[in-house]
Amino acid sequence: MVKAKEQSIAIRKAGLGYNGKAILDDVDLEIAPGDVVCLLGQNGAGKTTLFRTMLGFIAPVHGSVTLSGREVSRLSPREIACIVSYVPQSYAMPFAYSVSDVVLFGRSVHLGLFSSPGARDRHVAAECLDLLEISHLAARPFNELSGGERQMVIIARALAQEARFMILDEPASNLDYGNQVRVIRKVRELAGRNIGILMATHHPDHAFMAASRVAVLSGGKLSHDGSPEAMLTPETLRSLYGVEVQVFDTPQNGHASRRVCAPVVE
Amino acid sequence: MKGVSLILVCFAALCGVSVLSLGIGRYPVSPPAILSWLFTGASADANLPVVLLNIRLPRLIAAIAAGGALSLAGAAYQGLFRNPMVSPDILGVSSGSGFGAALGILFSLPVAAVQAISFAGGITAVLAAVLVSRAIGRSSDSVLVLVLSGIVISSLFGALLSLLKYIADPLDKLPAITYWLMGSFADIRTGELGTAVAMVLAGAIPLLLVSWRLNVLSFGEEEARSLGLHTGRMRVAVILCATLVTASMISVCGIIGWVGLVVPHISRFLAGANHRRLMPVSFLVGAAFMVAVDTVARSAASVEIPVGIITAVLGAPFFIWIMKRSSVRAW
Repeated sequence: MVKAKEQSIAIRKAGLGYNGKAILDDVDLEIAPGDVVCLLGQNGAGKTTLFRTMLGFIAPVHGSVTLSGREVSRLSPREIACIVSYVPQSYAMPFAYSVSDVVLFGRSVHLGLFSSPGARDRHVAAECLDLLEISHLAARPFNELSGGERQMVIIARALAQEARFMILDEPASNLDYGNQVRVIRKVRELAGRNIGILMATHHPDHAFMAASRVAVLSGGKLSHDGSPEAMLTPETLRSLYGVEVQVFDTPQNGHASRRVCAPVVE
Repeated sequence: MKGVSLILVCFAALCGVSVLSLGIGRYPVSPPAILSWLFTGASADANLPVVLLNIRLPRLIAAIAAGGALSLAGAAYQGLFRNPMVSPDILGVSSGSGFGAALGILFSLPVAAVQAISFAGGITAVLAAVLVSRAIGRSSDSVLVLVLSGIVISSLFGALLSLLKYIADPLDKLPAITYWLMGSFADIRTGELGTAVAMVLAGAIPLLLVSWRLNVLSFGEEEARSLGLHTGRMRVAVILCATLVTASMISVCGIIGWVGLVVPHISRFLAGANHRRLMPVSFLVGAAFMVAVDTVARSAASVEIPVGIITAVLGAPFFIWIMKRSSVRAW
């Protein structure tokens, strides 16, 4: 049990916020390698505050936030980046770096101050591109890619960091339907490689597709996490989003049955 | 290895431009004569070593150091501030140096003292900008706060410089200040040049060594941190090195605009966005460009044209072209 704790990201009775003022109180969350925790909540519920605290950008107001058993406020950016990688929302870059360069930037944490990547780093980066099935993009300028391709490149960059945990900030938002599904599939695959994942999303269906657990942020609290099936009931979805949602299982038709959401529109 | 061969080509281009530049002037020397003197140490023309060593070589070295330093600092700042429109004087180094030099000229100090005060003025302005941005805080958009602090400090030193010009003797001191501000390699002297070149090396070598990290820094504060970079320290280190190289060259040759803005663009066109290649290529292209411009400055007309004027006349239309092109394609 102690060993499992040393391997995990753990937030214990923490207040999170800025300038000594907690906007999230009594937060308890634990993520172990191989977990996929989906974080749901409205915009402004405190999702970014939670991420920024876990990545060490801001210190918790009180309570404890540990990465692999060590208090995050005592770790250097480099030590944090060795434990947890970050996939921000997709965006444009000021310079036209090539895709293979962007993925190699993920290796920086393993490089000395004055060094640049060597053969092993290139090998890892190529593997990450391969794993995300985007090797054919390697020579393209990042800025010329589509939204879905960019998201895959940034995930590959985070993967190249070789951290045990990955935080993804709405990785599937702003993507078309097919790319959303592709990204969610990859997230599941990464969890299968024993990476612990915390993923914010606005779609409860993404949680049903990929999550092993769901955490809900609302009213300054993180509702205690449970399985998607237990957490995402029509009642919680109504209180979270203010709309009626039906939740049911798909029929067994050659594929395994899975829970889905269907909002009521009439 | 594509990067290494590009750097070699740029270096060869710089050598070629340098040899041509050494030959051009009031006392023309043919490139073969220069090369045979360089490699054998003997020359049929007794005047040749005197002209080259005492007059043209110091000037050539100053042009290489200034062009390289300004371009390298420009490339570093464009990465640091994630903005291709940034030039090396964004944090006030030029106006600080200009104020310092004007102060020295106003008090009729010797050349070395004017240069020292100018150097100190440049460093002071940038440190002031950094300290102001620190005092304001706001970690989330610290880069924006830093740029705004730089603009404030720049205009403050600009105003102080105007004050000095206003009270300067209009027959004697004011022209000296004005001429200094235009930038020129005409008054380069070997002693001070040696110090300046040493300081350029002291700042440029660390900048070239951390060029890989500049890539990561160009992703912005939080992303760079999440990639394991200690962004605060890194940014201060880059600013200090870039300021050291620019201030030391400005203090000996005055304010030369546009080079630090335009050359990184040409270099990005040649080398790509990766700072690992971009930084050394910027240095070499900037050096070659400045040697060419200075050669024109000292030989095109019977009176020497200040280099700052030529770089601006060349830089402005070039930049318009770059902007037009960039609306089609990313940097």
